[in-house]
Amino acid sequence: MTTDETSPEDFKNKRGGNHSHIVGWGVDIDPKNDPTYPIKKRTDEEIKGYSWERSEQQPIDIEVLHSVERPNITAVFGTAAPPRGLSGMIRRHAFKKSESSLGRWVPLILADRIDMVEGVLDDLKQGHIPNFFAERGLKSEWKYNRKNFVIKTATVAAVASAALILLFRKSKK
Amino acid sequence: MLAVNYRGPFRIRADKNLPYPEIEHPEDAIVKVLRSCICGSDLHLYHGLVPDTRVGTTFGHEFIGEVVETGSSVENLKVGDKVMVPFNIACGKCAFCKQELYGNCHEANPQSTAAGGIFGYSHTTGGYHGGQAEYVRVPYADFGPTVIPEWMDPDDAVLLTDVVPTGYQAAEMGGIQEGDTVVVFGAGPIGIMAAKSAWLFGAGRVIVIDKLDYRLEFVKEYAQCEVFNFQELEDPVVFIKKQTDSLGADVCIDAVGAEAAGNKVNSLMGRKLLLQGGSTTALHWAINSVKKGGIVSIVGVYGPVDALVPIGNVLNKGITIRANQASVKRLLPKMIEHVKNGVLDPKAIITHRIPLEEVAEGYHIFSSKLDNCIKPVLIPPAAGI
Repeated sequence: MTTDETSPEDFKNKRGGNHSHIVGWGVDIDPKNDPTYPIKKRTDEEIKGYSWERSEQQPIDIEVLHSVERPNITAVFGTAAPPRGLSGMIRRHAFKKSESSLGRWVPLILADRIDMVEGVLDDLKQGHIPNFFAERGLKSEWKYNRKNFVIKTATVAAVASAALILLFRKSKK
Repeated sequence: MLAVNYRGPFRIRADKNLPYPEIEHPEDAIVKVLRSCICGSDLHLYHGLVPDTRVGTTFGHEFIGEVVETGSSVENLKVGDKVMVPFNIACGKCAFCKQELYGNCHEANPQSTAAGGIFGYSHTTGGYHGGQAEYVRVPYADFGPTVIPEWMDPDDAVLLTDVVPTGYQAAEMGGIQEGDTVVVFGAGPIGIMAAKSAWLFGAGRVIVIDKLDYRLEFVKEYAQCEVFNFQELEDPVVFIKKQTDSLGADVCIDAVGAEAAGNKVNSLMGRKLLLQGGSTTALHWAINSVKKGGIVSIVGVYGPVDALVPIGNVLNKGITIRANQASVKRLLPKMIEHVKNGVLDPKAIITHRIPLEEVAEGYHIFSSKLDNCIKPVLIPPAAGI
């Protein structure tokens, strides 16, 4: 452990030396890369406002939630997983708030957790029983981290058993 | 078709019966995936840290493939072309694309004005399915995808869609000048590439900080840099000050993002309770380790909500912070040239080749840092290992 305590001789000015062994050293040296200026090819296009020639609008035949900070739906958009169920209702509510509001992001996280439960129900409706062991990739835990796997499994089993015993005793009384 | 199906935090599976993607816009193409990677930032999705990550989404923003269908307006690609597809979806026409800020396109993500469109990265970046699948829809196909040169190994090509340009841009944004001391926080794939790229800009010293010895050993060998495990340092900031005659590093790079370890309170707030947009420990160290007037470059991904950083020190030290999603399309020609000339050797960071069917194991191995995993690549069944 290197401690925080310091003495004057701890401070050194090492600036590197011969780099000839490093393939490509210095090939992209750019003294003009001014860090106070954004990396962009400056065109000042944005001065003209939202006026560029947009691509054709992708047909909007699913529900697309869009940010209140823009006037429209972008020319293209993803069509994965449109809003559904209770999670969808929360998402619709969240999108009424701006991107700078916690009122947008916190409900979205809540919606994600509800969506997870809805996903399990959907699986069951379709006759698919989710294999949590496989979905969590725990075969690889068994393969590469067996000791941890055994300890964790034993702990979960012990806690579950203890809870069941307690419940059983209470219900007997 | 076979594709990844996200089911909730830490739960993912490869389903065989998911629908094939369709052309939904005249500028679309359908690409048959040949390789796709699991990115460190995919783990933020997998861990449930990115808001609006919906069940049923296919992840994957680093992929290459073969064009199998094109929309009616696509002129620059033809069926059979093998292409690398930048992780950013960009129109090439908007005010930001015209400035080569292809990671900030204004016409690819209706859900957010802050984030651009990204394949398979939640609805916060546009709600697109990603490339951890047999087939994927690629919007703006006339602009984004780049044909893979015949001489290029597909394993190199897939890493040019994100990891290599992101690491390179991290160094580029640092404004590194000859002889500079550069500190990279994080020895994951992006940190490895940032460390390697720092030399290309003429750095005098490159120091990498992480907590996993196997990663540090890897980057020490791959990028020929100095490495330190922060668990062996009482305070990484004091350590960097000692290394730099008390002045601080010229450039610090945050290549960790939302899941930084090293501070229990920050981890609790940002990773467990989700009370801020991730754990900011690496960024905190970067700000406090850099010299007065120095540059902090951020490529680590954070969530959209507020996150605690020592902003007072940013002011007092006169630090410039530069950050962005990599502008892959802008950097690709240079990255291709560097691979061709042997300056960069991307495929050397691939440690795991995993059949797409075993994606759940792949995520678990990468997430839990098992089997000395640096970079896992998923191979769809028809692509061949």
